Amino acid sequence: MSTDQLLPDKKPDIRWLLLMAWRDSRRNRSRLVLFMSSIVLGIAALVAIFSLSDHVRNDINNQAKTLLGSDLVIESNKAADSSVQMMLDTLGNQRSQECRFASMIYFTKNNGTRLVQVLALDGDYPYYGRLETVPVEAGTDFRKGQQALVDQTLMLQFDAKIGDSIRVGELTFIIAGTLTRAPGRSGLSTTIAPPVYIPFRYLQQTGLLQKGSRFNYSYYFRYDDQTAMDKQLAAISPVLESKGLDYETAESRKRDTGRQFEDVSRFLTLIGFIALLLGCIGIASSINIYIREKIPAIAILRCMGASTKQTFLIYLIQITILGFIGAVTGALLGTVAQQVLPFVLKDILPVQISTSVSWPSVAKGIGLGVILSFLFGLLPLLSIRSISPLYTLRVSVEPAPAWRNPWQVLLFAAILFFITLFTRLQVQSWTQAFIFTAGVLAAFLLLTAVAVLLRGMVRRFFPSSLSYLWRQGFANLYRPNNQTILLVVTIGLGTLFIGILYFMQDMLMSRVSMSAGNNQPNMVLFDIQTTQKAAVTKLVEQYHLPLYQDVPIVTMRIEEINGKNAAAAKKDSVSGIPARAFEGELRVTYRDSLTNTEKITAGKLETKPYTPGDNIYISLEERYANHLKVSIGDSILFNVQGALLPTIVGSFRDVDWRRVQTNFRVIFPAGVLEDAPQFYVLVTRVSSNEASASFQQAVVRQFPNVSVIDLGLILKVLDEVLDKIGFVIRFMAGFSIITGLIVLIASVYVSKFQRIQETVLLRTLGASRKQLYMITALEYFFLGTLAAGTGILLSLGCSYILAKYSFDASFSPSLMPILVLFFSISLLTVAIGLFNSRGIVNTPPLEVLRKEV
Amino acid sequence: MDMILNVHNVSKTYQSGNKKLTVLHDISFTIEAGAIVAIVGPSGSGKTTLLGLCAGLDRASAGTIEFNKMRMDDRSEDERAFIRNRYIGFIFQNFQLIPTLTALENVMVPLELQGEKHIRPRAVALLGKVGLADRLHHYPAQLSGGEQQRVSIARAFSTRPKILFADEPTGNLDDETSAKIVSLLFELNREAGTTLIIVTHNSELAESTQRIIRLKGGHIIADEPTSNTPLAV
Repeated sequence: MSTDQLLPDKKPDIRWLLLMAWRDSRRNRSRLVLFMSSIVLGIAALVAIFSLSDHVRNDINNQAKTLLGSDLVIESNKAADSSVQMMLDTLGNQRSQECRFASMIYFTKNNGTRLVQVLALDGDYPYYGRLETVPVEAGTDFRKGQQALVDQTLMLQFDAKIGDSIRVGELTFIIAGTLTRAPGRSGLSTTIAPPVYIPFRYLQQTGLLQKGSRFNYSYYFRYDDQTAMDKQLAAISPVLESKGLDYETAESRKRDTGRQFEDVSRFLTLIGFIALLLGCIGIASSINIYIREKIPAIAILRCMGASTKQTFLIYLIQITILGFIGAVTGALLGTVAQQVLPFVLKDILPVQISTSVSWPSVAKGIGLGVILSFLFGLLPLLSIRSISPLYTLRVSVEPAPAWRNPWQVLLFAAILFFITLFTRLQVQSWTQAFIFTAGVLAAFLLLTAVAVLLRGMVRRFFPSSLSYLWRQGFANLYRPNNQTILLVVTIGLGTLFIGILYFMQDMLMSRVSMSAGNNQPNMVLFDIQTTQKAAVTKLVEQYHLPLYQDVPIVTMRIEEINGKNAAAAKKDSVSGIPARAFEGELRVTYRDSLTNTEKITAGKLETKPYTPGDNIYISLEERYANHLKVSIGDSILFNVQGALLPTIVGSFRDVDWRRVQTNFRVIFPAGVLEDAPQFYVLVTRVSSNEASASFQQAVVRQFPNVSVIDLGLILKVLDEVLDKIGFVIRFMAGFSIITGLIVLIASVYVSKFQRIQETVLLRTLGASRKQLYMITALEYFFLGTLAAGTGILLSLGCSYILAKYSFDASFSPSLMPILVLFFSISLLTVAIGLFNSRGIVNTPPLEVLRKEV
Repeated sequence: MDMILNVHNVSKTYQSGNKKLTVLHDISFTIEAGAIVAIVGPSGSGKTTLLGLCAGLDRASAGTIEFNKMRMDDRSEDERAFIRNRYIGFIFQNFQLIPTLTALENVMVPLELQGEKHIRPRAVALLGKVGLADRLHHYPAQLSGGEQQRVSIARAFSTRPKILFADEPTGNLDDETSAKIVSLLFELNREAGTTLIIVTHNSELAESTQRIIRLKGGHIIADEPTSNTPLAV
């Protein structure tokens, strides 16, 4: 017989392979479905985010003009002078103007006061979309009289009704309607600065247009013809630049909004992707155990004459179909979840989001699920190739470790490459993609290393003196087919996520709260005019409040740095002076000493009062000096409301910005700015909410232009903002956490099959149900505590690093939440372990063997 | 008579850590087509290893094995799998049925691997012959030990192999069932004219073959015909 005749048929019979894959899956389908469910939530999260991105892109395109409310907006931080006004009057077919500023308002009904953003509006703006109000007509009608639109959160907070009145500055307005939505504004921005609209014509009469206060003007234009706008814009661009005016078109706003959302969407995609990776690890691990159980069947097939390729393909078909079903289920779930996302993100997004099915997103999600489950499933499948038919005669040796198998090493590389590639599509650069992949890999490796280490230690320092039940529970951590590494990695990663989220939120909140410690200032009054200074100080004294700071502020702009103005700096790329250094107003103070939040890091603070003819030595905050690219001895020319003032950089300061008190980037010496137009900021401390409310009411009544910020408000706003952002992150991280739980259930379920023989043997030898439950409970308690403990330790480490290097804050987490997290996760693991093993424990041994084997 | 199996100077050595363990030393024998041979010996004598090598489940460390005039030791695992499928049948002590397949499907698998069509009637007939006509759709876990071994025998004969290797075929069965299984095995073997090599501890079973090869410590210590040899009959 020739060798050719012996060569196996190279083409595997697909029908037979499919049939065998189907037959082989019998009695395992519930387990396979459970394995598959590991990836469902990851895919669901991604499909939901993909769909949302898809819709947001379309909706931003469709609602582009509504985002801006006009075709063009020109913005300035000062009122237009006559030449600018003349130019503005020539633009557009319709024009509106708006003046925005922070001010206190006073609810006359209940004496409530609150710092808000006042928007004085003139004209028919918005031209696209509308000011959404209750009642509907209030959005346009409020302009007809001395009426205001008040943000709905303020209305709720102060229990205000339509028809009530509020005082803005020296003028009282009737509330014409509740503002629910304005063009281009998200819920988050209204939380930070709740808007109150008033008609522009009453602005002057409010008395709030004081010198020194910060006002922003927006000029809105509607064009009948887009090309006319482009032409006009091209013509006035140089003028706008020279006058320091910004402009935005519907198109550029669309781009910016799109870009901002892309960032959010990419971040959320990465969170979803981690959930998917977690699920894939669960799949790889479950299939690994599944294949180990299949070794006898595979060896029989090999013995009967099935080729390596045929046996490999049978299981490859199973995992591919499994991955496909998982991906499709995930995509369906993601499409449903996507209906919820606009609600979750409503406070962040400035557009109304549609929720139809996004087929490209569904396809992308399914593709990703199939590829990843295939790659991760392939890892354990490769071991099939080395299963010998000799296994039918005797149990052969364990397969070689993964790192000795070149195919598995290659597959690991392919998986890492795919993760990096996918991440690269979500982030800006390859470096970021590598950092993300390395971070995920490091977390996995670290958790694995901890698990291996602890497993080894349990083995090495085994507590032999304990009772049998305890010893059995401990021994299950390192015996063959143990679940230690898988559970520590999956539960640990879930815990890591929850931990970091919680600790960061807690750290940010406590950072602000701590600054309100005893005897620390907690209230700032600003926009106090020179003429009001004495009276405000007197009011503070009347209320028996301490006066921590009473600081003059002068607004100015930088005209030149080392002889270079904005135009020259723009051309000169060598100096590195940013063009933005010349834009915007600087708020500067003058004094001859440092506060307790500052220290000199270079040069010397000018303490001697200025006399005419001297050089003016200023002090710069260190980071600001770096930003300006200036050194000690460099010159800066300031424009103090028209007057030019040459100065020399005399010193750098390190400033602790975290305190509730005034801090400045630029400090002038005494004797220079005393006669310049200025206003004052006063810092004090109130001891209670009641004292704060009554003092604020007095300030608003007597000095309507003076604004008050109290720490209570900052905390409240911060809490709301963190809560809104945190909700989105928690929603997405929830997918990871639930995936972790599913992987946990799957792992425990798989280990149940591995422990059947042993449990049945123990039952046969007379172990009671209580004893079996005890062994199971102990094993999962050890696993749960090990995983939760490792996850918490890692999250504490990561939070510490984030706090130190990103937030520049000290990190001292409280013990109670750590304990709650630790015991919740440990006990949940025990509960799932016990729930899964109840079938074996409660059923007679022979029945279990007949059914399960 | 044609030689179906020619084992020449075969040795098998296992590496265990730094130690080398030789379990078969220079084994040589030949088997004629249609013969019924027993390989006997105490535990650890190398019987199962020898069966594994002869059946192409493993490779020898030294020496050559020729099956049906084909060298087995220089073929790839897939080529040997092909030979096993076409020419070799197996019966195991612990039956080795695929647990997720019914009795009928277990019998059909080797034929399906050959790519044969219309195999169901043949598999049904074989199961009928071994007395399991009413157990076609039962899974292994639903069958008794004796019934499982019958399925295993039906599967072994399904491809009409040239040689059949049986590793302790009655090792897991009681005496009564063992007797029935042995009689069934010999009956089917007689009908098919297959060469049968049985590894066994059971001296009664060994005596009912035509030739006994005795192993001890990896060496053949005796190779003698029984009273059942065709010449002796």
